[in-house]
Amino acid sequence: MTVDVGTPILQAPQAEGAKDQHMVLNMGPQHPSTHGVLRLVLEIDGEIVVRLYPEIGYLHTGIEKTCEAKFYQQVVPLTDRVDYLGPMANNLCYCLAVEKLLGLEIPERGQWIRVLLTELTRLNSHLIWLGTHAMDIGALTVFLYTFREREEILRIFEAVAGQRMMTSYFRIGGLSMEPPLDLFDRIQAFIKTFPEKIDEYSNLLTGNPIFRNRLMGVGMLSPEDAIALAVTGPTMRGSGIDFDLRRDMPYSSYEKFQFKVPVSNRCDCWGRYEVRLDEMRESVKIIQQALDGMPGGPIKADAPKIILPDREKMKTQMEALIHHFKIVTEGFNVPAGEVYQGIESGHGQVGYYVVSDGTAKPYRVHMRYPGFASLQALETMCQGRMLADVVAVIGSIDIVLGEIDR
Amino acid sequence: MADAPKETLAGKQAVLERLPDHPALKALLAWNAGALSDALFDRGELTVTVPSEKICEAVVAVKEAGYNAFEDMTAVDWLPNEPRFQLSYHILSHQFKERIRIKTWVSSDDPAIESITSVWPGVNYYEREVFDLFGIRFDGHPNMRRIMMPENWVGHPLRKDYPVEGYR
Repeated sequence: MTVDVGTPILQAPQAEGAKDQHMVLNMGPQHPSTHGVLRLVLEIDGEIVVRLYPEIGYLHTGIEKTCEAKFYQQVVPLTDRVDYLGPMANNLCYCLAVEKLLGLEIPERGQWIRVLLTELTRLNSHLIWLGTHAMDIGALTVFLYTFREREEILRIFEAVAGQRMMTSYFRIGGLSMEPPLDLFDRIQAFIKTFPEKIDEYSNLLTGNPIFRNRLMGVGMLSPEDAIALAVTGPTMRGSGIDFDLRRDMPYSSYEKFQFKVPVSNRCDCWGRYEVRLDEMRESVKIIQQALDGMPGGPIKADAPKIILPDREKMKTQMEALIHHFKIVTEGFNVPAGEVYQGIESGHGQVGYYVVSDGTAKPYRVHMRYPGFASLQALETMCQGRMLADVVAVIGSIDIVLGEIDR
Repeated sequence: MADAPKETLAGKQAVLERLPDHPALKALLAWNAGALSDALFDRGELTVTVPSEKICEAVVAVKEAGYNAFEDMTAVDWLPNEPRFQLSYHILSHQFKERIRIKTWVSSDDPAIESITSVWPGVNYYEREVFDLFGIRFDGHPNMRRIMMPENWVGHPLRKDYPVEGYR
């Protein structure tokens, strides 16, 4: 069966009442300020943006299709590669969804370590955003500063998971292993100085007249438009909507942490900048609470048929060896049903929709990523503005093309 | 919801008896009690099934009941069952801090459904994605083109009869 897909556009469709002097400009997919392989087809009248069409799919790898051919536990490493700036958040969302299907309860220590590392991931994601956003505007220095701190976060990830970016540390049923003994001290040392670093970035940017003029009043997105266009996360909260899944629909014991949800009513790029800076400060508070109150106990649920046994047990006990062999070769069956799990990642609301038909491989995994929806709002934010503002707006919605194209 | 039941409630009858005050269910009953063909409360998530030709009216009804934010929308291919395609809409309420799943079925010959871009413009890309990867057409969509795959691509990759390695 064939479906008419329409004629390919080499030229943007003409807007109503468009005149001949409108020019169609192609931006990307290899443009450095489009944060990956985003292509924008812009219809411009002089320097003014009349219409804007994002063309995506250059990074489409068919991850959702690949998931259907893998065992449940083999999907975890795939999720790292979707939003490659927030690997732990992806792992968490997928694991929570499958655990909901299985009805697994994770021990408290496991949940707290998940919160701790997910918040570090948020810092990682926001640091990249701040560095690249400032660089797009022309403030090159900030990039070097934020990457200095990000390096330490990646070293922490390496210590805990053996990998800097593709961590796969959270597993279905808990964590892959107990974190190294000095981990909490390292994180403590890092967050002790981190608030000063945020002040340092703020000192470089907040008072900078060029930065202020490039962001203030640019990329207006009203609260109504934000909801209508399915925009979530800091971009939505920068438009004055006070909603955060961590606080309002808590998961992984977030209800035990005290933190504020920063909201700005400015509705422009500056509002989003303020919200993200404050979010970094709140993340530090959550990490501090997690370190102070870290409970003891196991990090994995008691489910030998689902979770791989410890290496030591696997080598010495027959039963553990059998379980290990069965999980690796046959996977584990998940009860039939469908679940949707949403979490708040650095970019916004991530959601995993997992459908099981009762076998060891997921029947369907759908990933909802915030960048995909935020991109739809780009035209609303850029229309009637100067071409150079498009670059500022793209930076302010914080997109990663890996999560958009999947 | 604070008083959400822990057990699974299967079937319209059981769900309506146990959750008589649920805002979304009340709105759907007030809209058209006959159109609500099935309901399921499982693992803390409420799923309601409506006929595909009434999807637009159903989402308008829940939107007016306070389910203000569209969150996600996708399809599932249940080959060789008929109707073949399941469409799932996930709608979030900022007010009730709750999510509802609206489900509908589309048959395999000429798969098409009404677009809900008139209710939430943000559904645009999601419907294009389903069109591209499943081949389900959305009537009334402002820009029904492929989004991920090239324009001249043959086939719809997320269908179950499409090989994982692609056609060689």
